Amino acid sequence: MTVNISVTINGTTYQKDVEPRTLLVHFIRDTLGLTGTNIGCDTVQCGACTIHMDGMAIKSCATLAVQADGSQITTIEGLAKDGELHPMQQAFWDNHGLQCGYCTPGMIMAATKLVENNPGITEEEIRHGLEGNLCRCTGYANIVKSIKAAAQAMGGGA
Amino acid sequence: MYPSKFDYYRAGSVSEALSLMQQHEDAKLLAGGHSLVPVMNLRLATPPVLIDIGRIGDLKGISSVGGSVKIGPLTTHAMIEASADVPALMSQAASGIADPQVRNRGTIGGNIAHADPASDWPTVLTALGATINIAGSNGERSVGATDFFQGLFETSLEENEIITSISVPSHGEGTGSSYAKLFHPASGYAIVGAAAVITMSGGQCTGASVAVGGLTECATKAPSVEAALTGKALNEATIAAAADAVAGDLTGDILSDFQTSAAYRKAMVKVYVKRAVSAAAGI
Repeated sequence: MTVNISVTINGTTYQKDVEPRTLLVHFIRDTLGLTGTNIGCDTVQCGACTIHMDGMAIKSCATLAVQADGSQITTIEGLAKDGELHPMQQAFWDNHGLQCGYCTPGMIMAATKLVENNPGITEEEIRHGLEGNLCRCTGYANIVKSIKAAAQAMGGGA
Repeated sequence: MYPSKFDYYRAGSVSEALSLMQQHEDAKLLAGGHSLVPVMNLRLATPPVLIDIGRIGDLKGISSVGGSVKIGPLTTHAMIEASADVPALMSQAASGIADPQVRNRGTIGGNIAHADPASDWPTVLTALGATINIAGSNGERSVGATDFFQGLFETSLEENEIITSISVPSHGEGTGSSYAKLFHPASGYAIVGAAAVITMSGGQCTGASVAVGGLTECATKAPSVEAALTGKALNEATIAAAADAVAGDLTGDILSDFQTSAAYRKAMVKVYVKRAVSAAAGI
């Protein structure tokens, strides 16, 4: 069985036939070739697969592609605009907010929504808000520092 | 990994979902998928058919009806966390479920139908005296939370039944509530969870509803704790004594795993009942 779905990702609408069991993260990576979104645990724990769907940060490993039919999605590839890094990406660059980099796309996608939804976000709120994103290098100090810097660059920040 | 093969049908209404369920006996319902899809990825569940109810608009949202709040089963944890209409106990508990991304997709109906003993809603809904409203091929019925949760991943839902709403009574004046949980640091799942709804009048406890979960096969009321609180002037000593009574309310096996022994859970449940009751009573 296949199901025809239409999903808009980073401004481009894709219409594809998918097997119902296709996970959204596999659709994004394997069908569309957008490999910036990583797969970590595939059991909603690590957050490496975090993307934005209809304006919310979600984990694409526990969402089926068929559930995303008709939705608007942004992946890490869609965050930079006109060749300019998003302030969150720039802040991770400036503050060395990564070590191996595997968790980074998910961290940036989760953090972007945390700051958008709470422009005056505090360090405690950042740490609480990142509970769904694991960094196995344990590089949290610079990740939090990056997000604080990005919050200021995005017009808020405590 | 990813799920084994299954056929997929999308229901546009409750009646369409019920008729699809009759046609496909071994089907599972898909709401947000945040309990079901992870276990399918691990191949712990391999349903041959999924019926997607996630787009049935009637099943999503929160409304006040008389003295109670009606919550659609597709309402996400994030919607409950942000709601000013649900009892404070529910928004407090919602804010502690997993992480923001999971709360954006996971639904209360999916959570309670899955009935993971380590999840928070069964304990909270049991303490609140919630009613689960259900539709099936034989008509509609309502079940109290205490009868709905029956065991490990087991509810009173029959085959060909679907949750249509959850009704939760609103608190009156002088009633406080709190949910306290000892959680696994990676998943946020409860090792022990305690929910308390306490009514105080002139320094005395005039009503107590306490439930515990996480450590037994399903969430249960704690009548011994409630009896030990009701009619008492609450202070640290009376609350501690009442919390110790929870040992008599635990039925069935105490869960044990490689992280947390049954003995540890039994010790901790007293601590977390004490914390929930103290916070609910404002002491």
